[in-house]
Amino acid sequence: MLRNFSHKIWIIAAAVLSSLALTAYFTQKTHTSEQELPETVDYNFHIRPLLSDRCFACHGPDEKKRQAGLRLDTPEGAFAALGDKKDHFAIVPGHPEQSTLVQRIHAADPEERMPPAATHLNLTEYEKALLQRWIEQGAVYAPHWAFTPPVKAPLPKVRRNNWARNELDVFLLAKMEEKGLKPAPEAEKNRLLRRLCFDITGLPPTPQQMQQFLQDTRPDAYERMVDTLLASPAYGERMTMNWLDLARYSDTHGYQDDLPRIMWPWRDWVIQAFNTNMPYDQFVSWQLAGDLLPNATKAQILATGFNRNHKITQEGGVIDEEYRVEYVADRTNTFGKAFLGLTVECARCHDHKYDPIPTRDYYALSAFFNNVPEKGFVPNLQTPEPWMAITSADLGADLPFLNAQEAFKTPKDTLRLMVMAEQKGHGPRPTFILRRGQYDQHGDSVQASAPRAILPWDANLPANRLGLSQWLFDPKHPLTARVTVNRIWQEIFGRGIVATPDNFGMQGALPTHPELLDWLACDLQEHHWDLKRLIRQMVTSAAYRQSAEISADQLEKDPENKWLARGASYRWPYEFIRDQVLATSGLLIPQIGGPSVKPYQPPGLWEEISTEKTANAFRGEFSYVPDTSAAKMYRRSIYTYNKRTIPPPGHLIFDAPMRDLCTLTRTRTSTPLQALVLLNDRQVLEAARALAQFYLKNTPADQKETAISAAFERIVCRKPQSGEQKSLTAFYRQQEQHYRDQPSAARELLQQSGPYPIDTTLNPAETCALMLSIQILYNLDEVLSKT
Amino acid sequence: MEKEQLDHFLHLNRRSFLAKTAIGIGSLALGSLLDACERGETEAVNALLPHFAPKAKRVIYLFQSGAPSQLELFDWKPKLREMHGQELPASVRQGQRLTGMTANQTNFPLIGSKIDFKQYGSNGAWVSDLMPHTAKIVDELCIIQTMHTEAINHDPAVTFFQTGNQQPGRPAIGSWMSYGLGSENSNLPAFIVLLSRGQGNIQPLASRVWGSAFLPSIHQGVQLRGGADPVLYLKDPAGLDSLSRRQMLDEIAHLNQKHLEAFGDPETGTRIAQYELSYRMQTAVPELMDISREPDQSFRMYGADAMVPGTFAANCLLARRLSERGVRFVQLYHMGWDAHTDVTGMTSRLAKDVDQASAALITDLKQRGMLEDTLVIWGGEFGRTNYGQGKITDNYGRDHHPRCFTIWMAGGGVKPGMVYGKTDEFGYNIEENPVHVHDFQATLMHLMGIDHERFTYLYQGRRFRLTDISGKVVQDIIS
Repeated sequence: MLRNFSHKIWIIAAAVLSSLALTAYFTQKTHTSEQELPETVDYNFHIRPLLSDRCFACHGPDEKKRQAGLRLDTPEGAFAALGDKKDHFAIVPGHPEQSTLVQRIHAADPEERMPPAATHLNLTEYEKALLQRWIEQGAVYAPHWAFTPPVKAPLPKVRRNNWARNELDVFLLAKMEEKGLKPAPEAEKNRLLRRLCFDITGLPPTPQQMQQFLQDTRPDAYERMVDTLLASPAYGERMTMNWLDLARYSDTHGYQDDLPRIMWPWRDWVIQAFNTNMPYDQFVSWQLAGDLLPNATKAQILATGFNRNHKITQEGGVIDEEYRVEYVADRTNTFGKAFLGLTVECARCHDHKYDPIPTRDYYALSAFFNNVPEKGFVPNLQTPEPWMAITSADLGADLPFLNAQEAFKTPKDTLRLMVMAEQKGHGPRPTFILRRGQYDQHGDSVQASAPRAILPWDANLPANRLGLSQWLFDPKHPLTARVTVNRIWQEIFGRGIVATPDNFGMQGALPTHPELLDWLACDLQEHHWDLKRLIRQMVTSAAYRQSAEISADQLEKDPENKWLARGASYRWPYEFIRDQVLATSGLLIPQIGGPSVKPYQPPGLWEEISTEKTANAFRGEFSYVPDTSAAKMYRRSIYTYNKRTIPPPGHLIFDAPMRDLCTLTRTRTSTPLQALVLLNDRQVLEAARALAQFYLKNTPADQKETAISAAFERIVCRKPQSGEQKSLTAFYRQQEQHYRDQPSAARELLQQSGPYPIDTTLNPAETCALMLSIQILYNLDEVLSKT
Repeated sequence: MEKEQLDHFLHLNRRSFLAKTAIGIGSLALGSLLDACERGETEAVNALLPHFAPKAKRVIYLFQSGAPSQLELFDWKPKLREMHGQELPASVRQGQRLTGMTANQTNFPLIGSKIDFKQYGSNGAWVSDLMPHTAKIVDELCIIQTMHTEAINHDPAVTFFQTGNQQPGRPAIGSWMSYGLGSENSNLPAFIVLLSRGQGNIQPLASRVWGSAFLPSIHQGVQLRGGADPVLYLKDPAGLDSLSRRQMLDEIAHLNQKHLEAFGDPETGTRIAQYELSYRMQTAVPELMDISREPDQSFRMYGADAMVPGTFAANCLLARRLSERGVRFVQLYHMGWDAHTDVTGMTSRLAKDVDQASAALITDLKQRGMLEDTLVIWGGEFGRTNYGQGKITDNYGRDHHPRCFTIWMAGGGVKPGMVYGKTDEFGYNIEENPVHVHDFQATLMHLMGIDHERFTYLYQGRRFRLTDISGKVVQDIIS
């Protein structure tokens, strides 16, 4: 089909012979494309994405690479006379026939045609027609939507006036009606609760929660449950999961020998900050610049560990400055991606090709992060400077949230934790533009400042990270609040209003619901950056509460569920999946925080790529030594030790990032290796056996069906239908018979399934049969997904 | 479940492939085509892979991790013997940056190789006595003596070779190939990694050098390990026989099917198909690993080590078996070449690990008629200096040298019996025909039928390429 399509395009392109015929050609637009051209062409929504993607690399903000002196990213540039030719103009507003741009995109001569063939950036006929019509309509430029501050638009008018539960719904419904879609009915109560529990706490509902919720007939039963869940400590853990990806948190340094580091107290600070609902502006400011606050507390300094989560090399022979510069770049890029939603790193080697970020602005931004008294190369076993000491004395006063039973075996123990500090003595380290991004190619020196095109730097702000955080949370800042609500939206609905949470620039996706995004961004600021309130708004919306069933019509009209006329549905992240297994089997140890733990993983993985320590050199951890106590094996997955050069295999197989770089979105794949994890990972087998033993012990001998249906209800969160009950019971009986006939196989299987004690009072054949039945449940799509 | 039914599922779920990049392992070009399609017409160019008729259908890359000394193996420099102990002229060194290990050294005494070299093959290529088996097949090889790189330390240099960038965050070559070309075998991953260790100075690897970075995780290299559980989680637990497993899978499929009917999410159908693929993999991998039916001749060729799982020789034999089964990219790593001390002894030991099996792989592929469309690559992340590290004792070593080093390629459309490029008499600088790492990558892709400038992936608004922003195909070495 694709081949045919391109073939057709080729024929059409060949048919367009000269620019003279253009006007006539475009009035017959039905021939150009199957897509209908919009009545009014909008610069932000239709034109800039095109110009940016196909033209800006040569005719955009990057001055050095600009061809023919033409820039198309500004009206002044596009409307100016072309080069020496006083009477030629790339764009003549209202006059496509006089616009060289139009002639060139249609040129039959490949030498003449734009974009040049060598760039492999082709324009489709539809895209050419769009450009044509935009010029016809006056070639009206507009500022990039994301660089103008959001304003709260009035709520749109909707026809269906009894559906919306809050403002969010009105915006969503207006789009649905525009797209000819109808909202789906509300999800069944049990499904709704399961969805809600995962989204807010990352855990399935407990049987008590389920029972209580199903019996609660008060009109606000749902809202009450939302409040209960938001108040539970598991909320902080769930929110921290995504923050660890964003902050590229890890338990090791990340290069070469990949030695361990202690950063978990920072992680625990994040958990408690979410749980105490610290306002987001404060939450971020502390992480960026807590050390620069007046009379900074230890907690405020601890928060700045955020900036030190980057990789640090301990490879003998590296050039110190090369890596120090790399760390500065990592902090700068993370700031850009996480808080501005921009790919500022593109401007490290040249002016940004798409966004108005010159190289000079990039290095001015990096200057905020260039004043750390640190080294590029850090010898093994040293804690990279600068660091803060935490002793048991700090626990009572400054850092009461640290659960440090493990860390402080004796009162004298000290934790050394990387944090931020400013170089003292000879003033700030000078920052230079680095030519081609090379650490030793100094250009002009620059002063610390923020990207001008986003929001001009206020000279009254201190020229340090504290000033930068104030700039970031300036009420006039166009990006911070939008980027924040969008990221949270993605965490709750599975996909951002802007589908590229890390790119709000010219090459990023356009918002599906721009007015809603802006409304939320303003509302968040009006309500003091209250994240729990924001999440409450999202999950109490009628849109969130819709059923996820997909009709054929819906699948046809909106396969990606962009317009949210049904509940979001997608596979859970790995942490949810593993935690669900632990929680439903009763194995989960709900302790919050503390040093990272090493649950079971297949043996030998680390040894295969690591270097053994020698007499004269410590080479990091050679072997993975799994923890053996229940208190560590059965912790939530955010506490699993992450060695960056060889992360836990289950995490990687299920699309968790390696934590090398700031990551805001995980891809979601479905692969056979994922099936193998859930079928054969000892952790899943063990949980299935633990739950089987629990039910067998508590079920009368002649009522095994009850055990199956109880397990089903616990894991799937609904009663099995009769067909399901029947086939599972048949499976159970089949396996029970098999293991009765093969007692040695039964013994083997029980011993394979982890250290959890085998209940010898139970019949091994029954245990095996129920265990395998439960394992089936852990592998169901319905259980692995949000429905 | 039978093939028809599986195909039916895959067909049913095209839409979900589109929307969520749910791609079956070895889903041929289907995966990449649909994935690219989602990214809009501009990316359709990727869907037209290969861009032109490929000369190679698959790659076996024998990576020599730690950086072998070209001066002890393939780049014969009698001048260094003559000038042994004398200072490297500053006019030659030209202020090249040094690693932290020799940066404080005040002298750079040249050291000659203790190993003798002889000429072999119809073109008289020089090969050292450490590589007797390789010497016999030089007429099949294209020896590139003028590789050069930008990195001077292992972690960034291996990352550069494998991903085109020194810092982590880009997909490995094998991931790009999996994404672009898929696998010819629907029961095995398109990109497989095999590790082995020699008696040398081992530098660690990171799994990110076979990671898929921003490409979907289905394109991650899958490690095939020696021992009982060659693919992670592949083996069913003891006590669970294949009938019970089959019954479990049937029940999972049955319940998932009901869910699919009730909810209509194509993703559920994809999941059903993936469980079937995992079951097929459980058969395909043990069959692949079972070398009991290899003829004795194989072990005579590859050496007795080939019977010991996890050795380089065993991995070479597996590489051939994987290629036979249509696996697109087989990546071996042999670790231990980092000879900062005792370059003679260490290089001898490591050469012994790899020489016979590397040569056997070429011969074996040729005998099976596979060499012409299988590209084999042998080489490390950089070379080693012509001067000694530390004091010149009997036990001298060589530091890292990025300015010139040797790799070889064979089969898959590369000119056989060729020595390409020339280094100076000191073995320090390149005199003619330099080959940058990006040139090497561009050439590899060209042989696979891919234009490295057109093969891109749009991520965070930028079209990323394996060759970043440079790279020229080395036309001279293409047959």
